[in-house]
Amino acid sequence: MRVPLSWLREYVDLPATQTGRDVQAKLISAGLEVETVEHLGADLKGPLVVGQVLTIEELEGFKKPIRFCTVDVGQANGTGEPQEIVCGARNFAVGDKVVVVLPGATLPGGFSISARKTYGKTSHGMICSSDELGMGDDGTHGIIVLPPETEVGKDAIELLELVDEVLDIAVTANRGDCLSIRGVARETAIAYGLPLRDPALIDVPGPNAFGYPVQVSDPYGCDRFTARTVTGLSPEARSPIWLQRRLQKVGMRPISLAVDVTNYVMMELGQPLHAYDRSLVQGTIGVRRAAEGEKIVTLDGVERKLHAEDLVITDDRGPIGLAGVMGGANTEIADHQEGEGTTDVVIEAAHFNAVSIARTARRHKLSSEASRRFERGVDPQAAAAAAQRTVDLLVLLAGGTAEAGVTEVIAPSAPHTISVPANHPDKVAGVDYGRETVVRRLQEIGCDVYGQDELIVTVPSWRPDLTEINDLAEEVIRLEGYENLPSTLPKLPSGRGLTHRQRLHRRVGRALAGAGYVEAPNYPFISEQIFDQLLLEADDPKRRVVKLTNPLSDEEPALRTSLLPGLLGALRRNNGRGSHDLALFETGLVFLPRAEQRVAVALPVDRRPTDEEIAELDAALPEQPRHVAAVLAGAREQAGWWGKGRPADWADAVEAGRAVAREAGAELVVRKGQYGPWHPGRCAEFVLVVDGAETVVGHAGELHPRVVKALGLPERTSAMELDLDAVEAVGNDTPQAPRISTFPVATQDVALVVDKFVPHADVEAALRDGAGELLEGIRLFDVYENEEQLGEGRKSLAYALRFRAADRTLTVEEASAARDAAVALAGERVGAVLRG
Amino acid sequence: MSAPNKSYDPVEVEALKPEEIERMREEALAAFAAADSLDALQEAKVAHTGGASPLALANREIGALPPHAKAAAGKLVGQARGAVNKALAGRQAELEAERDARVLVEESVDVTLPYDRVPAGARHPLTTLSERIEDVFVAMGYEVAEGPQAEAEWFNFDALNIGPDHPARGEADTFFVQGPDGGTESGVVLRTHTSPVQIRSLLGRELPVYVICPGVVYRTDELDATHTPVFRQVELLAVDEGLTMADLKGTLDHMVQSLFGEGMKTRLRPNFFPFTEPSAEMDMVCYVCRGESVGNPDRPCRTCSSEGWIELGGCGMVNPKVLTACGVDPEKYSGFAFGFGIERMLMFRHNVEDMRDMVEGDVRFTRPFGMEI
Repeated sequence: MRVPLSWLREYVDLPATQTGRDVQAKLISAGLEVETVEHLGADLKGPLVVGQVLTIEELEGFKKPIRFCTVDVGQANGTGEPQEIVCGARNFAVGDKVVVVLPGATLPGGFSISARKTYGKTSHGMICSSDELGMGDDGTHGIIVLPPETEVGKDAIELLELVDEVLDIAVTANRGDCLSIRGVARETAIAYGLPLRDPALIDVPGPNAFGYPVQVSDPYGCDRFTARTVTGLSPEARSPIWLQRRLQKVGMRPISLAVDVTNYVMMELGQPLHAYDRSLVQGTIGVRRAAEGEKIVTLDGVERKLHAEDLVITDDRGPIGLAGVMGGANTEIADHQEGEGTTDVVIEAAHFNAVSIARTARRHKLSSEASRRFERGVDPQAAAAAAQRTVDLLVLLAGGTAEAGVTEVIAPSAPHTISVPANHPDKVAGVDYGRETVVRRLQEIGCDVYGQDELIVTVPSWRPDLTEINDLAEEVIRLEGYENLPSTLPKLPSGRGLTHRQRLHRRVGRALAGAGYVEAPNYPFISEQIFDQLLLEADDPKRRVVKLTNPLSDEEPALRTSLLPGLLGALRRNNGRGSHDLALFETGLVFLPRAEQRVAVALPVDRRPTDEEIAELDAALPEQPRHVAAVLAGAREQAGWWGKGRPADWADAVEAGRAVAREAGAELVVRKGQYGPWHPGRCAEFVLVVDGAETVVGHAGELHPRVVKALGLPERTSAMELDLDAVEAVGNDTPQAPRISTFPVATQDVALVVDKFVPHADVEAALRDGAGELLEGIRLFDVYENEEQLGEGRKSLAYALRFRAADRTLTVEEASAARDAAVALAGERVGAVLRG
Repeated sequence: MSAPNKSYDPVEVEALKPEEIERMREEALAAFAAADSLDALQEAKVAHTGGASPLALANREIGALPPHAKAAAGKLVGQARGAVNKALAGRQAELEAERDARVLVEESVDVTLPYDRVPAGARHPLTTLSERIEDVFVAMGYEVAEGPQAEAEWFNFDALNIGPDHPARGEADTFFVQGPDGGTESGVVLRTHTSPVQIRSLLGRELPVYVICPGVVYRTDELDATHTPVFRQVELLAVDEGLTMADLKGTLDHMVQSLFGEGMKTRLRPNFFPFTEPSAEMDMVCYVCRGESVGNPDRPCRTCSSEGWIELGGCGMVNPKVLTACGVDPEKYSGFAFGFGIERMLMFRHNVEDMRDMVEGDVRFTRPFGMEI
């Protein structure tokens, strides 16, 4: 809501010294979010005067039409001689009154005016457009042509009210009253402790039987309808400068007198109004719900199919307006420039149900000045005054005659009262205001207050947002000043710190970052084509996605079921920007549709939902486990003065998964896998074993060359993804301390030759089991393949075995016996042969 | 070495000559002094102290002397040998020191060489800033609560007093999830704020409830320098008997002091949110200029645009309707809540100029933030 300070001062006698910034500070403190104060005409300097065009000479031979004019500016130029001015605009004629800026003046934007040669003539000033004067849009896009009665030589800065300050207020959804000068003026008056001259307090004739016939069939949707008629409007009448200027300052475009007046009164009082061309309305004006499928063409020229809940204004033919949102084209006031023009109007000042208007506006995607106000609350008691104000202005400015008939259809309603303990604001704020202050503050905002310890508060008609006791507490506290609230701390019960899941999340991040990975969180929006690029089978469960009805991009309507699409995108982006040695990780939720999809119903809000209701709601949500993923490309170890570098490969990706499991204290089985995006020969699957049941919880390895190519990734990009929640669930965060023996270690190395496709993991497991409890540790230190020495399809695995006993020094014989047992079991299980 | 000769012939044995012994000593000392390396010294050592050295031979001869001459001779030789050994040790130490000094110099390296063999990784600053904030409150006794990101509308809106027709709901720029069989009605949205976690906390925890709820939230904004459709919030909820707005103010003050230093404070400005009543917008003093840039053109502040205050987010006393929807008696309990965006705080706390830098995952942006902030 834009509020010109000059307009505000009409209703509140602010001290002359108060600037826009001062008022802004006061209103902010009272709770109105005054975002900016615009200083109109701040750098404007005259002379800027009214002139009358005496002659126009069309200059030929230029790319665009140019006029050389002489303009009478009275004595404003000091000589009384006509001012010679070159002008490029064409929307004026000899005899028109225009705004002339003379040499020596400065226009908004620091544009200094001096006599200058142009188009072969000397121009002594300029004929001004509204743009050049910073006035806002007047709809002409040409120079300003003033009413003929304007006095030549008069100062135009004052005439056009070019110097002013405008407060721009972001009005919150509860304060519909502040979408009017009246409402802001009331807040200003309270903030300054000054009286308010309420523009709605005007004499209004009572309703009678001669008014325009109105039939309200839906008193719930429309609890008040005032109709007034004005006849004999002069179609030529234009809005006076002061009215146009006020509309421009609040951000509206002057259109025609009747429309301008209804807009003006809406801005002044907050009551949306509508003027119907009486000659186009046929019979009784009605208010009812639309019939399903009914149609109306609204003023914006759009044909709208109506919904049975839409509230419409009708005449004998059918809908003539979308109530409280926008009028219909079939009863539109005709512009005075278009032939006949409107002479008689019916004025509607009605009050509509906020929810109904909000729904209609949303349904038709049509937010208007009127609907914005009705949705947020309009003072129903101001309707009659607003109608009267409109009538008065039309009579005054367009020479119309107010008809005596006054129609008022009012659904009876009681004012809203709230019973509130007098000390409730004190309890909410933690401040002792006392009853007297509470009562005074509530009265200031227009409440009637009775009672001692328990107050009976009747809220004013313009504050429909005040419905609960905390609403009243807020009014008291904000007027007493939020800035005066003390600062205290509650006494908390002891907390239990982070949960295991939360701690693990942090540990995983630290472990991966410690291993050289950089965290790169990504948006969860994906395209379903990515699954083809990732080589997922047609029936892969990851292809089942949660989709959005209104995605930001139609290309990416789905939510991720894997972190890889986003993370690989980040890898590609980094690579494209010249970072080639990359190790990235991400932890985040993936979204997995339930087997059976259900709608999450709206539960009641007047009680706690039952546990069953909550469970049902949760069951309608997608599953959202937290995953962790890592991707690598380029060098894992860089080359340097220390020697050669090492490219990132499948083993780094697998190790990243192991690192995550280590942090979780989970036993992760790593075995050969084969899955979608991974190189079929270089893919590990991660398996959790719970009570003998195996679950695959992730994969790691080098990506499939086709995936690398399809996604434009660096060669040999490797990746890991793991269900972090699944790992967390089996994790053990209380590892048991080993017994440390201080007897000497006995080390034995063995090299075993096995078939090439026997996994190390199986060999090691056999050695472990075979070695028995004397085995302290085992480490694979070499893998060797040589056809000549080992035979075709064979490989040698070399292990260092460390033996130690808890209670004695092992003899060589004991250690050797354990080693032999280990080798024997490996021979038995995986066909391992001791290398000769 | 042979044993002393006990079958001496007193007639044949001559007494040791002192000047001979003295000569041996001088020769030894001269040889040691002349040795210019540990190897040379080793040779001199063998020559002058070894088993075949003159002094060793002289020493052996003492045994052959008649008893009356033994004492004097023993003393003479003993002194000489003592002096020789001392000189040897001294020279040995000298030469070793020389060698050490030379070798260690030869072994010196350029310690300024880089060792970026595996360049350091980093956690994203949005993650670590969020954790930093969590830790402030965990230290006070709050617990960290979480919730789903695809959330039921009832949790995201209705229970927070944002009814189906509430203006805030229409304006919320919400991502809606498709319903079963591709229908539009699912009752599920991508949560537009972390506030649904308030509801989950009140439903799932014993009273009193003191929780901090960090998390990712969604609004249908296009990504640009100041907007991102996916961002992070931190939400706080306290519900207990007798909580007041003054407690809210104190909690906010404590937070900004913990995050930005002593003397920091917050300011509340009235505002409107459906889930709090009274509601407020919260600002913190600009931690860079501490308000000194206001009206002071000589000292402009980029961080707060010389406003003196930095907007943090929204807060207020939990609307009794919210408590009711969660089965908490608003007559007995009251609460406060606040929420703010982590992105914004990261921007002004760490001078990030463009929102896109925070979402594109560029390693050059993230690396400098390291493990913690």
